[in-house]
This record gives sequence, structure tokens and C-alpha cells, in this order.
Amino acid sequence: MSPTNRTVVVTGIGATTPLGGDAASTWEGMVAGKSGVKPLEQEWAADQAVRIAAPVAVEPTEVIPRPQARRLDRSAQFALVAAKEAWADAGFTARAGEDSSVDPDRLGTVIASGIGGVTTLLDQYDVLKEKGVRRVSPHTVPMLMPNGPSANVGLLVGARAGVHTPVSACASGAEAIGYAIEMIRTGRADIVVAGGTEAAIHPLPIAAFGNMMAMSKNNDDPQGASRPYDLARDGFVLGEGAGVIVLESAEHAAKRGARVYAEAVGQGISADGHDIVQPEPEGRGISHALQNLLDRNDLDPAEIVHVNAHATSTPAGDVAELKALRKVFGDDVDHMAVSATKSMTGHLLGGAGGVESVATVLALYHRVAPPTINVENLDPEAEANADIVRGEARKLPVEGRIAALNDSFGFGGHNVVLAFRTV
Amino acid sequence: MAATQEEIVAGLADIVNEIAGIPVEDVQLDKSFTDDLDVDSLSMVEVVVAAEERFDVKIPDEDVKNLKTVGDATDYILKHQG
Repeated sequence: MSPTNRTVVVTGIGATTPLGGDAASTWEGMVAGKSGVKPLEQEWAADQAVRIAAPVAVEPTEVIPRPQARRLDRSAQFALVAAKEAWADAGFTARAGEDSSVDPDRLGTVIASGIGGVTTLLDQYDVLKEKGVRRVSPHTVPMLMPNGPSANVGLLVGARAGVHTPVSACASGAEAIGYAIEMIRTGRADIVVAGGTEAAIHPLPIAAFGNMMAMSKNNDDPQGASRPYDLARDGFVLGEGAGVIVLESAEHAAKRGARVYAEAVGQGISADGHDIVQPEPEGRGISHALQNLLDRNDLDPAEIVHVNAHATSTPAGDVAELKALRKVFGDDVDHMAVSATKSMTGHLLGGAGGVESVATVLALYHRVAPPTINVENLDPEAEANADIVRGEARKLPVEGRIAALNDSFGFGGHNVVLAFRTV
Repeated sequence: MAATQEEIVAGLADIVNEIAGIPVEDVQLDKSFTDDLDVDSLSMVEVVVAAEERFDVKIPDEDVKNLKTVGDATDYILKHQG
């Protein structure tokens, strides 16, 4: 391999999600088809049109010591929990340098969020108004800055090759992982801890997304509210949490005898150039991203057996994505089991690409596609374009090399497609 | 009623425990905030604001840099409390 086109593999995974406090419990919940959506019991929720969300299953303050937690935004807390798990899962026992198998100068982090430390910003504004200037926390700036989670994970693992935070709304987590793949592929780093995190269950984001008509108002049936591909879908359900993976050059992983979950084949990226929030209805931008993925990477569509779709449960977006898959892959779509795990986790915005990459990698590793729950009346436009895994998890081919995609799209017209493959 | 030295040390111990997680019994007059008690410059601002509130005292920013130890802070509060 030339130093500018190195093979990249996944050697560690971590997550904290509405389904569980780690990757294993999240995966178990997904395969079982569990919903993490709950009614919002907070006092402020009474006035909201949207009164449901998918909070994390395990509060991060149960695992992060209080003095550390109080100077971290909730999004950074999630990222640290997931990164700590992924780092240990990859077999590292300490920070880079202290663990002699990692050179800090060859280690990076790319952790993204869609809106950064929004709860810190809003809570501290409340403090300013109610208690005055003197009481605003001196930790406010490092807590609210969107690069905070990446920087804190960088400090956790001792990364010095670069600490990055791409921001592209709900594509942020996937863009982070794509960026990390490129860092290793082009030789800037040997290991990159990458993923996405989000913590936006707060009255302001919920009111704002609600007023955009983007969220489900199915308050009477929280667990049935996130229903991608179902005819009665009426918007996404806001989730929170983080998903982080450890990416490593195949050579570096082999040298230290690391367990390899999957190869991270590469990314395809595009922009819609259509509307600030509406998806292009025919999925042209998504098609462009998928085509870029194929053109720029050594990936055979015949090997793709699973797609972890972006599918947020909005009327327009879910179908546009499937049309794009059909347009680019043609008959090959027929052997792709398409899963919308947001039916269970809700939509983690910038965290989605991280959590869904963890799910995609585990789907390949265990050769099982998680289900899309709540599809009672499958939208005929979805049925015509793709094979949706409905209701129950489905086994993937047990033999041979198989590949899977993870799609993520964001307000602003961002399209990011990641490809993983068994090794 | 003004706080005694003992009450001030106990109050600072509570504050440092809350902010830095240091056991209250470790917060003694001779302890340095930064070197012994894990209080960095940002957290020191929090300690000062909490102490101002608790002991009804104003500690201007230019005086904060002189408060190296728990003893320094205790003396300052004893002298300036309202």
C-alpha cells in the first residue's frame, strides 16, 4: 500500500444511547427491536407541542466523577463515556505514550456534534439573567464550544496528531468518521478516535424543531412515534447520546495484534445545493454521494448486503434516500437489507452518524441487520425501492466478504455515506 | 454574625469538595489550592464566587491571585467579611 492510500480498520467501539449505557447493551436493544422513546416528564414539557424524546438509558453522571462532570457539557460527557469504552475495547490500557503501543504524535480525534454545548449556553444565559454576571460559570466557554467533546476526548487519550470537529448538522458524526478515515489513509495519523455526540433535549431546541414541523407530535404513543417508512410517519423523535469508534491503519492494528471488527472502506460526500432544510425530493444529492463513494473507493456493490439508513421518520426524507439507492445501485439494492435504527434510538442529530456507525460495524461483525420497528403500513414508495428489514432482526449472509453502508444527511444539504466491510 | 476561622475553613472545605471533589478533611489551612487541592485557575474563580456568597464578602479579581492557600483565603475572609 502506498503511504497515501492505507487500509483503515475499526478496532474499538463505544456508545451511550437511549437503548443502553454501552455498545453491547445498545446493540442488544437494537436487535431486540426496543424503543428508547419516552414521554418528557419535565415541567417545561407541558407547554410544548412535542412532549416525547429518547433520553440516554444511563445518565453520564453515574459513570463520570462529579468534579469532572460539572465542567463538561452533557454532549462532552456522552462523548467521554463512549470514547473511554472504545479506547479500552481497542485494547489500550492508558493514554498514548503511557501505553507504549500508541505514539501520541500519531493519534488524533475527530468527534462532532450538530449544535455543540447548547444546554450549557442556554443554562448559563438563565444564570446571567437570574443571578447576575458574577455567577456565570468560568467553565462556560470550554463547555459550550462545539470542539469541546473532541478536545476532551483528545485529552483523555493523549492525542497530538490533530483534534477536529466537522459540523454539518445531522451528518456531523458521519463526517467526523469520514475525516478520520482520511487522516489515516493519507498518513497523517495511525489511530483516530472518531464519532458523534449530541445532547439537545432542552425546551428551546424542542420548540424550534417542533415549529419547523420536523418532529413527531405523536405524544400519545411515544414508542410508536419514530416510524420510518410507515405511511403514518410524521417527523423525527429527538434522541441523545454518543457513538465512538477507534479507527486504525490495518498495518498498525496487525503489528499490535488488535482485534479487527471491520474495514472502514471509505466515504462518499456531496451537497444538495437545493434548500437549507428540505431534502432534494428525488435524492439527487444523495445519489451523488453514493456515486462518489463508488468512484473513490475499492467497493463492489455486489458485496453490499446492508444499509443503515439515515431515515429519520420524516415524510419526504425517508423515501428520497431509497430512491437514490435504487438509482445508483439498480438491481443490487435487492440484496441490501435496509434498517432504520432511528425507529428505536430516535434521531441523535450530530450523534447519529457515530451511533449508527457502531451499529453498522456490529451488524457486519455479527452478520445481523437490526430491524426497523413500527412499520405497520409500509409506504408503497419505500417498498418499491428497497428491501426494508421490518419488525425483527434479520440474518445477513454467513459466508464470504460482505459490506454495509451508513448514510447520514443534515440540514444545509450535507450528504455523507460511509462504507464498512468484513475482513 | 461574623464567621469564625473554624467556620470559614469548614465552609471552604465544603466548597472545594463540591468543585474539585477533594475530601473535606484534606482542606487544611496550609494547603495550596492549585498544588494540593486540584483547583485550577477556572475552578478558583468558582471557589471565590461561592465563598463571596457564603461569607458575605467581596473578593476583587486583583486580590484573588494572593489567595494561594486555604489559610490566605481564610485570613482574607476574616478581615473583610460583612
